[in-house]
Amino acid sequence: MRRLKAQVSHLFLPLSVLGLLIVINLIKGADYFSLTVVNGALYGNIPNILFGASELVVLSIGMALVTAASQGQDIGIGASATITSAVFVMFVLNAGEVTWLTITAGFLISCVAGLVIGAFNGILVSGFKVQPMVATLILFMGGRSIAFMIDGKLSPILANDISNQIGTVIPGVPIQTPIILTAVFIALAAVVLKTTNLRLYIESVGINPSAARLNGINPKKIIFLTFLIMGICTAVAGFIAVNKAGRHDSVNLLKFIMMDAILAVAIGGNSLSGGKFSITGSIIGAYTIEILNRTLLRLEVQTETIPAFKAVFIIILMAVASPVVREYAQKILQRVRTMGVSGTERKTGTPNDEAVTSPNTPGKEEE
Amino acid sequence: MESLNAAKPRKRLSNSNLLFIIAGVIFVLMYLFAIINFPGSFMQFQTFFDLFNLNAPLIILTLGLSIVMIGGGIDISIGSVLGLVTMACAVLLQSAIGSVWGALLLALGIGIAFGILQGFLIAYLKIQPFIITLAGLFLAKGLLTTLHKDPINVTNSAFVSLRDFRITIPWLGTENRLGRFIPCEIRPGVIIVVVLVVLLAVLMKWTRFGRNVYAIGGNEQSARMLGINVKRTRFLTYVLCGLTAGIGGFVFLMTTGAGNVGNGSLFELKAIAASIIGGVLLNGGVGNLLGAPIGTLTLLIINELIRVSGVQSNFQAIVSGLLLYLFIVLQSVVMSLRDRRKFKITLPPWLKPPWLKLPWLRGKKKAENQG
Repeated sequence: MRRLKAQVSHLFLPLSVLGLLIVINLIKGADYFSLTVVNGALYGNIPNILFGASELVVLSIGMALVTAASQGQDIGIGASATITSAVFVMFVLNAGEVTWLTITAGFLISCVAGLVIGAFNGILVSGFKVQPMVATLILFMGGRSIAFMIDGKLSPILANDISNQIGTVIPGVPIQTPIILTAVFIALAAVVLKTTNLRLYIESVGINPSAARLNGINPKKIIFLTFLIMGICTAVAGFIAVNKAGRHDSVNLLKFIMMDAILAVAIGGNSLSGGKFSITGSIIGAYTIEILNRTLLRLEVQTETIPAFKAVFIIILMAVASPVVREYAQKILQRVRTMGVSGTERKTGTPNDEAVTSPNTPGKEEE
Repeated sequence: MESLNAAKPRKRLSNSNLLFIIAGVIFVLMYLFAIINFPGSFMQFQTFFDLFNLNAPLIILTLGLSIVMIGGGIDISIGSVLGLVTMACAVLLQSAIGSVWGALLLALGIGIAFGILQGFLIAYLKIQPFIITLAGLFLAKGLLTTLHKDPINVTNSAFVSLRDFRITIPWLGTENRLGRFIPCEIRPGVIIVVVLVVLLAVLMKWTRFGRNVYAIGGNEQSARMLGINVKRTRFLTYVLCGLTAGIGGFVFLMTTGAGNVGNGSLFELKAIAASIIGGVLLNGGVGNLLGAPIGTLTLLIINELIRVSGVQSNFQAIVSGLLLYLFIVLQSVVMSLRDRRKFKITLPPWLKPPWLKLPWLRGKKKAENQG
């Protein structure tokens, strides 16, 4: 019970932001939750959000693990996913006839490519003790060129039924396939984290590597492992993205997704300097970002102004969640409590309540 | 003198100076390699000056970023701020009230405003620098595209004359095929780079502020124990970084003469790579500001070499990545060996160049080693 409470307070920030965005959307139009069935599949705002955020969710899971263990972020994920998807596309196109078998084999091979990329980054970070951001900067700079060399600069087109079905809908299944794939991946991650000691190890390495080492956990191995998992995540994300797009465009595939993935981890209430992590939080954070993007479009904000709005939103969010503001809010709350009605037992509100319900106070300072 | 030298034979080089020396040596080797392989182009002084002429903005950005990174932070918004500055200045110059001084003030203002906003949030509200500067990146990018979407060519006459202004060096130059002597040209941006390098290097090396920055980057806790105002120092590093981004934007506009949406995109990552090659550690506390231009030039020479040798442009990115990889591994190996005290760079006394034995230089050297 106590653990549940702690978890809920951890998820308070992402959930309240999600709620706020949904309320804004409902004010804009009451038909926000409406669903329509087209050709036997569900469409509407919610399925579209789940569909659009699928790669981001997969990547934010890996990013949460990497951030927790190595106290840094992987900024090369977009480029890595481009490489793995290039491997997948070239395998499928060279295989001749496209069947489920070749698609599966191509996916597995792209997973191997992802593992190689993860091992490259992991060796740099764990073996050579390079900061993760710097180590992944290498692939960020060179990755898309490598993808270009693999796919031969032609941006090959995946024109077959099966990848079309993976990218959109399998006939007879009412839910779009990327959503199902994402759900399967989330379930797998949950099973792995629940049944193994991985979470404990990653958290202890992230909080204090030398203490973890003294307790018999090898920090190098754990950090290396998180980068391998990140490699698998990039392979899955690349697979989903390339099937969605229907062609392999080395320049624009998953461009700038690392920003969104890091943001998702941060919105999810995870510390970007390692330690405890919450996969649920980062998944909710990823969906929140997708909803934010779509809300801004729905409010008819011009496309070119969207980044500025997003930035203001992030700044307000992070300012509200910052420890200094929280402490300040707690102090004010205490003063109000002692000055106000002292006899009656008041409902104890967490300091987060105060901070979140008045998001404009810290926002003033930067405008 | 000799006995003093013998008494302390192993004077350890500070990490900052060691990494700086490695970067410098590699830069010189790279340039020599370029000269040997392509004597036609790299022997000309103009090629060397063009490295500065065309990439002055990047060097300026790297300087500011290095200060932030020495202080233990990171700023990834600088590229977008640079783009925003160029576009805002171009719009201002094209309007009726446009003047060069107004544009310069606007550039500095935008840079400082971003620096103050981000510095306040990072230093005083203790939010992670990566996220805040990421938001700054989005903000600058959004403002840039909101301001103007199409490229603007600046036609303000005062600005055009500034843009086309060149400083010629009459005694240095090359003869072209017809035997006509073409003197070397330097753009005014290079002067700004030189002035900034000197100013900021002095600031970081010999002032209280600079030493405070090294202290908070090395260990924030002990810096606070020593009575250093950590928050204010950190805030000032971000303001300085914003300022250099503003100046860099103006210099960029002086180089290209046009405001464009794509200006300065991915400059932040180039600047990070250049700082790392120049010997700044991302952990903070280690680095030499003179390494910033050297790191930038090393990165650029590689690109230049690849372009001259005529390989696919794809290889340019891959080779830059590989170069970064080599530097990172080299740095990490050197640092870990030093930590184990197996690796020492100390010249034996008979190998020391004689000018190091001069007493006034030795005192200075000692001060540098502590930095």
